[in-house]
Amino acid sequence: MITFWFAVLVLAWVLYFVLEGFDFGVGILTFLGRDEHERGAALRTIGPFWDGNEVWLVAAVGVTFAAFPDWYAALMSALYLPMVAILLLLAIRGVALEFRGKHDTPSWRRRADLLLAVSSTGIVLLWGAVLGILVDGLALGADGEVTGTGLGRSLSPLLTPAAGLGALAALLGAVLLGATFLALRTTGPVRRRARDVARHTGTAGAVTLLLIGIGTGSRLTLAAAAVVFAAGLLARRTREGLSFAAVALSVAATVVAVFTAHGDVVLRSTLDPAWSLTRSGAAAGPEALRLITIAGVLILPGVLVYQAWSYWVFRRRVASERVAS
Amino acid sequence: MDVLDLTRLQFAVVTIYHYLFVPVSISLASAAAGFQIAWIRTANEKYLHLTKFTGKLLIVTFAVGVVTGLVQEFQFGLGWSAFARFYGDVFGPTLAIEGMLAFFLEATFLALWYFGWDRLPRWLHTATIVVVAVGTLLSAYIILAANSFMQNPVAYALDPETGRAHLTSFTELLTNEVVLAAFPHTMGGAAMAGGGLLMAIGIWRVSADAAFRTLSRAGAWMMLLGGAVTAISGDHLGKVMTAVQPMKMAAAEALYETTTSAPFSVFAIGELGHDRPFFSIEIPGLLSFLGTGSFGGTVQGIDDLQALYTAQYGPGSYVPMIPVAFWTFRLMIGAGVLGMALAAYHLWSSWSFPRRVPLLPSFLQPGGGTPGWLRRFALLAPLLPAAANTFGWVFTETARQPWLAFGISKVADGISPGLTGAEVIASLAGFTLVYGLLAVAWCRLVVHLSRKPLTPAVEAADEPDPVPAY
Repeated sequence: MITFWFAVLVLAWVLYFVLEGFDFGVGILTFLGRDEHERGAALRTIGPFWDGNEVWLVAAVGVTFAAFPDWYAALMSALYLPMVAILLLLAIRGVALEFRGKHDTPSWRRRADLLLAVSSTGIVLLWGAVLGILVDGLALGADGEVTGTGLGRSLSPLLTPAAGLGALAALLGAVLLGATFLALRTTGPVRRRARDVARHTGTAGAVTLLLIGIGTGSRLTLAAAAVVFAAGLLARRTREGLSFAAVALSVAATVVAVFTAHGDVVLRSTLDPAWSLTRSGAAAGPEALRLITIAGVLILPGVLVYQAWSYWVFRRRVASERVAS
Repeated sequence: MDVLDLTRLQFAVVTIYHYLFVPVSISLASAAAGFQIAWIRTANEKYLHLTKFTGKLLIVTFAVGVVTGLVQEFQFGLGWSAFARFYGDVFGPTLAIEGMLAFFLEATFLALWYFGWDRLPRWLHTATIVVVAVGTLLSAYIILAANSFMQNPVAYALDPETGRAHLTSFTELLTNEVVLAAFPHTMGGAAMAGGGLLMAIGIWRVSADAAFRTLSRAGAWMMLLGGAVTAISGDHLGKVMTAVQPMKMAAAEALYETTTSAPFSVFAIGELGHDRPFFSIEIPGLLSFLGTGSFGGTVQGIDDLQALYTAQYGPGSYVPMIPVAFWTFRLMIGAGVLGMALAAYHLWSSWSFPRRVPLLPSFLQPGGGTPGWLRRFALLAPLLPAAANTFGWVFTETARQPWLAFGISKVADGISPGLTGAEVIASLAGFTLVYGLLAVAWCRLVVHLSRKPLTPAVEAADEPDPVPAY
């Protein structure tokens, strides 16, 4: 049961990072649109989806809380300030996206575009750092809380090499996802530029993942590096659907690699291995697990079906050429 | 202030802020669904314009509700990790199910509705907004069930080894007598909040388009009916509270001694101490009636409850902040009643009544038209319900103190053990700044959207893109 819920939890986080990853990427690449019109077209590719994508975060955090309350409590309170920063940036980003088109002045839209690009970049860097920290471990004490005083208590983990490498990998991953998605979903100049970005970033992403894979000895990450490299080649040959799928696959593989890096240990303590948090140690009681199993089995397939349906409804490419009105 | 007080303040700030937008989204979703169904049934274009207008307000409000709601989900781990560990078995599944069941529905179907006008058959398109409306109600119910556990813990067993609460029955959690009473009360308040916004916009813009008169009246009906539901369910909720949290109701009246046929003070001047205040307007027996259903009923006083709790839970103060409880309770009722009165007066004055009623002064004539003063005070229509909702929550949550989950877990024991004051000050500053900016942007946008003409011909000129624009 615990293994099953661990699998569900990893699945929820994978879906979150892949789905919201591409809309973060589009946000980072907002300025591939040279004018307000092209930017509007780029953003319309994610318009109907980003909110549904973000709910995977609600689901992932909810499942973490429900199935592994100790893990949730330890991770959130240990990374207090990075998590607050992610939340604030998510707030700015969500509102910038929803408010952008509701006002007609160019300055309002330009400000919204800028806020969107900056917040998307910030969120991706922070999430990448958090994933890096997950692999590296935290200075957890016996009570499952990170040690330290003042602002440094929860900020210092951000200043480790693991966090930096994670942030870099996440940025490249999101840019690749965003670029391949834009290439797949637009026409005209935005599509061309997005394809160029994907071509050029593919190699850099592959090299970063290769370094991480060698550093951590994770075969999954090495495989992901190869797939990313292939995605870059596919983008060169205008195989847009395939190259997006390849990037999505490698992001998924990397996230799985992060969550399974230490076997049964879900949160490593760098102070004393005995203080590390294990799956069974962090898991909720049997009744809670039974309940979310029933709920999950009943609800999640439906969610997947209607989300897939919404992707089908909005499957048309978005024109980025200016249409004479 | 120490870390505990700062963290409590932060929780209060982000929760109250979140709850300014949530009730508006809940009721606007239902209003948009209602307008769209009216459009389909009557083929009257007016309802189509109102559907689209309400939909835009809904989208911008929902956006703020979503991003501030995300903070709520993280809060329990961020500042209250000890509580999350203790209570995770009960609260975690509840939150997870809310996310999986209701929130996915709301987010996905709202996008399908908003962007799907010309991509879906009309009946299917209407169904999507109905799904959104149902999703918001489901969300509200599940979250209220989680909150009701904190007011009246049910369906749990304390693990003797770890000292943590374990869920024993989800059905029992969902049928907690507190949530059964609190849900209609909260939804009535939500209808008032959204209705107030629609009524105010309708009144301001009535000269621009006749459809705005319909909007203002629909909003006023939402306020009036919502208010009636709130009042009736509030009476019931009061009785449930008197049974499960007697201290809360005693604090609401600052009633120190156990009293038979206890009065209810409408207003008081002076200290709310053991002696009755030096001036107060009291209605004899009303508190007993509110709490027990009988004017002669006995209501337990603060002193006796304090003695009882000390014997039961050990030494310590079990008395919440009396002035906060006393005044938020009255302000909640007052703001709600005033909002209802405003709505009733607007309905009366904008009624198409064929002739004058003899003997009534002109400002009381039905159909006399919306007087100038009402137009100026229209801003009160959304503010009064918002105030009533806020006071209601502040009352519910502060008069539960010192408990987090009544009788089993105290607030002071719930905070993240390692948290430092510097961190909370930094995050509180961040929340204040970003939430302030969100509020400014939201207000500007609502004003801007309200000023636009309703008719689509002009709207199309505003949006040059051939594809539905953001």
